[in-house]
Amino acid sequence: MSGLLVEDRNIVFPGDIVAQGMDYLPSGDIVRIGDSLISTKIGLISLNNRIVKLIPLTGPYLPKRHDTVIGCVVSIGMSGWRLDIRWPFEANLGLAEGSSEFIQRNSDLSRYYGVGDYVRVEITNVASSRIIDLSAKGPGLGKLGSGRVFFVKATRVPRIIGKQGSMVGLIKEHTGCRISVGQNGVVWLSGEDPVKEELAVRAIRMIEREGHISGLTDRVQEFLKKETKI
Amino acid sequence: MSVLRHHLLKVFEQGRRFDGRGFEDYRNISVEYGVSPRSAEGSARVKIGNTEVVAGVKMELTTPYPDTPHKGGIVVNVELLPLSHSRFEPGPPSIDSIELSRVVDRGIRECQYVDFEKLCLESGVKVWNVLIDIYPLNVDGHLFDAAALAAVAALRDTKFPHLNKEGMVDYTQKTTKSLPLQKKIPVACTVLKLGKHLFVDPDYEEFSLSDARLSVCSLDDGNLCALQKGGDVSFSPDEILLAIDLAVKKAKELRKQL
Amino acid sequence: MAYKREDGRKNTELRPMSAQVGVIPNADGSARFQIGHTIAIAAVYGPRELHPQFLQDPMKGVLRCNYNMMAFSGSGDRVRPGPSRRSKEISLIMEKSLLPVLDLSKYAGSVVDVFVELLQTDAGTRCAAITAASMALADAGIPMKDLVTAVACGRVEDQLIVDVDYLEDSHEGGVDLPMAMSMNSDEITLLQMDGVLDSKSLKKLLEMGKEACLTIKKVQLDALKKKYGTGVVEV
Repeated sequence: MSGLLVEDRNIVFPGDIVAQGMDYLPSGDIVRIGDSLISTKIGLISLNNRIVKLIPLTGPYLPKRHDTVIGCVVSIGMSGWRLDIRWPFEANLGLAEGSSEFIQRNSDLSRYYGVGDYVRVEITNVASSRIIDLSAKGPGLGKLGSGRVFFVKATRVPRIIGKQGSMVGLIKEHTGCRISVGQNGVVWLSGEDPVKEELAVRAIRMIEREGHISGLTDRVQEFLKKETKI
Repeated sequence: MSVLRHHLLKVFEQGRRFDGRGFEDYRNISVEYGVSPRSAEGSARVKIGNTEVVAGVKMELTTPYPDTPHKGGIVVNVELLPLSHSRFEPGPPSIDSIELSRVVDRGIRECQYVDFEKLCLESGVKVWNVLIDIYPLNVDGHLFDAAALAAVAALRDTKFPHLNKEGMVDYTQKTTKSLPLQKKIPVACTVLKLGKHLFVDPDYEEFSLSDARLSVCSLDDGNLCALQKGGDVSFSPDEILLAIDLAVKKAKELRKQL
Repeated sequence: MAYKREDGRKNTELRPMSAQVGVIPNADGSARFQIGHTIAIAAVYGPRELHPQFLQDPMKGVLRCNYNMMAFSGSGDRVRPGPSRRSKEISLIMEKSLLPVLDLSKYAGSVVDVFVELLQTDAGTRCAAITAASMALADAGIPMKDLVTAVACGRVEDQLIVDVDYLEDSHEGGVDLPMAMSMNSDEITLLQMDGVLDSKSLKKLLEMGKEACLTIKKVQLDALKKKYGTGVVEV
């Protein structure tokens, strides 16, 4: 028997055989074992011609070059900062990449970012699982001030951000909060009104829970409209 | 000051908390009895928000202490399971688990919630020991209140095991006889301090950012039966009294859940 | 006279089962599995930092299982807290039963911790632990080529049975055979035996165990489906 055993957007589980034979090509979390293509995670099938991909619904964040993440400063050394980006190893933010302004050697680095500060950074290089380099130069990058920080599943971040930022934009619009969502699942938000902040958190949690169910954008919009009606 | 603490204080100044609760509000509380009915002589599960704790009681026959030949005893053990939070590691009891065990123990022992004399089968020879083991399954805050409530619930669920002809315990059979418990129920409520604010039932973030805590165990009549202050910052005497009033008030609500 | 099971089950019959996924919010993945009176709760944390450094594997992540019985979970006396030789052995065989299906290549230098607690026991505990752990690992999104499913088979007197309970296990001269399988590839990832058994009976037990695992795997998948949904999803 040869061919595809699933449809686009089917939910599959680890061990599920999604295709048989050599006609289809595996990608990412779909692997080939012998004659079959098998899913290695829980996720949604995404078909693109003969390529079978998986949109995982769960799984750890894997640092990738060019990803924008939010990290927390855990230590300051002579040549830069070490950040926790929700990965087993700390990532490196070097002196030269710390800021768009020039940072002198021997200056007090905690003036820029202190231990416990949250910083929006770009991953510039993943040399190995242990060696990850960051940069805080560039638009939108840098220190995130006073706000709340919470964590969402990294696999749901694309849904939370939405196409071209449309989903998170919707939440910003209705709550007036500044919101920063890192690819690593760290969310920072800050608003003038704690009630609106709380609403933004609930909206994001809603997307995290129900992101794979249809009609999400409408549901979120309705939820926000209802809650902000005075 | 960390950005998170700064922001939390800002929200506190407006009389709110991150999740919209008031300072005196507990999250959803539930108590379930008999979660390990076949193995334990008594057991219970307590949930406060996302914090979930199970407690179980095993009874054993033992010789009494020489200075209290007519009394049985209790032993309280809290183990901080690594399953319940990423910060806990497997290994010997940490100081946090020891503190929890001892505070929960004091709350039950000093007010004589269990009537130790009624645990005596033969003075100087044979008494019952009530062994209470408490385990968090998910930690979202501190554990003082949930652990104490779970311990009491497990005690209330407990039935004496059967004694066979030789006078040995037959764990496969329970009797219908409950433990000799006092009517007045000790309930713990912990009051937290952040800046000048006093509040109850913190989630994990509030708990890590808080300055100090006061656990107050009280009885139905408002009498106190155990106190424990923790944290690096001090309370003023006025704050202590305010905290105690709040704790006794909230304990009454917690008690209703049993 | 042929041995009849105490609870009236057929030789190939499993005790009632129930499973839930995502029971521990703090964990990256978690599951609860109950078979008869045995209740196992598994939580996965990882990949995360591994200390001390000499334990790290530069090529792939390390799997670390920790099996523990709650003090009040035993059928008799209170179980003294802390690792015993038995629990350490079970932790080891759990790792060995789960590793063959896992792909930890992207987590070099780190650890995936699996903690399993037994809330109540009535034999079949290591099998329940493995079954729960497998669901928890899937819930955590650790890549795997299949779930692992486990069952304790055995012989009591003259009868070959699946899902041995405590009373049956306590019979003298019996056999206890915990086994775990990756159903899709028909591979055995755990096999232990306690007792004396002829090879013909072993072959039969392995077949019976496989049938039983098929049933248990359905319970695992149903639990995962309950949390994540089924069918086609329009986005």
